[in-house]
Amino acid sequence: MKNKVLPSFEAAVADVPDGSTIMVPGFGTPGTPRNLMSALVDQGATNLATISNSVNRDIAVLVEAGRVRKVFCAFTAPTHPSRDTPFVRMYNNDEIDAELVPQGTLAERIRAAGAGIGAFYTPTSVGTELAEDKEHREINGRMHVLEYALPAEYAFIRAWRSDTFGNLQFRFAQRNFNPIMAMAAEVTVVEVEHEIVEVGGIDPDCVHVPGVYVDRIVQIPPDGIFD
Amino acid sequence: MADKPRLSRQAMCDRIAMEFQDGWVVNLGVGIPTLCSNYVDPSRDIIYHSENGVIGYGPLAAEGEEIPHLVNAGAQKVTAAPGMAIVHHADSFALIRGGMIDATVMGAYEVSENGDFANWRFPNRKGGGIGGAMDLAACAKRVFIALVHNTRDGKPKLLHRCQLPITAPGVVTMVVTDLGLFDLKPQGFQVRELAPGWTPDEVQARTEAELAVPETIPEFQLRNC
Repeated sequence: MKNKVLPSFEAAVADVPDGSTIMVPGFGTPGTPRNLMSALVDQGATNLATISNSVNRDIAVLVEAGRVRKVFCAFTAPTHPSRDTPFVRMYNNDEIDAELVPQGTLAERIRAAGAGIGAFYTPTSVGTELAEDKEHREINGRMHVLEYALPAEYAFIRAWRSDTFGNLQFRFAQRNFNPIMAMAAEVTVVEVEHEIVEVGGIDPDCVHVPGVYVDRIVQIPPDGIFD
Repeated sequence: MADKPRLSRQAMCDRIAMEFQDGWVVNLGVGIPTLCSNYVDPSRDIIYHSENGVIGYGPLAAEGEEIPHLVNAGAQKVTAAPGMAIVHHADSFALIRGGMIDATVMGAYEVSENGDFANWRFPNRKGGGIGGAMDLAACAKRVFIALVHNTRDGKPKLLHRCQLPITAPGVVTMVVTDLGLFDLKPQGFQVRELAPGWTPDEVQARTEAELAVPETIPEFQLRNC
């Protein structure tokens, strides 16, 4: 089977063009592709869009450098104004676009993109400001809103273990958005924390993301970013 | 007049946790609600769910015993409880929308007598912090709110109608503040228990919404285990 292992993060992100939409998983620190994001900062692509749970510290580096035109996420303001970030100030000054999406709707929009579903109805956000411009439909006596799939050109993934074909495993809460983002992007690039094993080295019943979704794999070196 | 002592945040969360029944799946929001997991009743098995796909996590990890890959929704390091299961984010919210959450506990800026609450956006600013709150509010079987009764400058938070953009309409089932426990009934807030030493009139004076007051009001239940 094809060996997708590349020698460096630099090589793995070299072709990301300006204007790309990139999925960045992670919830808290676990499962965040910090090495690939760091390589993207050095690579120089601009006019990017990101899809993530929040504007985490790695996305913030790109945002503050003026290289992101739009973010899709579940948090576009802090819970208290005293915790404002440069991103929040840029957003309030109309220097960057943002789409605020409830976290479960965000996850399902990503899942739908990977699953060949164009859109779906959800009860989440009905009766709130976020539903105001959305198509409504009553289904089985309950009001729902229509939400569209959210695809991307690239997904950067952080896995615990991979084989050389890209069958992936995650550890505990590292999984979070990683599997659905790996399925939803045209090009899926993985940084591997623990080990890359030979094909056959992962029990098929224990694969969290099948390798058919994975395009590039890089082992995080001992001096990589692990936190 | 100087106010009487109010309930601590831990006492508020202890009282909410006393409502959890054996076998319930419970989601605790960031902030005050995380304190609910400090109340442990050994006669009840509570399964704590976190938005990032952790089903059945244990208490906060002691220093030196953290697992770097295991955090709750507040990004706090937690322990792996026996029987824990992990799913990805879309399945975690399938669990929420699918009706598996028996109770969610959230903080709020405001709650209104029709069961609306607001906890994601301040006025005059773009954007907000929704996280999983709208999914949980719309789909959990019970929505419990933990909040201090008044703002720092004394304004009430239990209102006729929310002034801030709401998180979900008509979903709140119970509110615990530092002055008591209130059930949401079709006609509005009903006092169930009051903080030690507080009278219904004193609490009403600090509340915009009308409080329905039963003939006898037991004192607020404090931790006994």
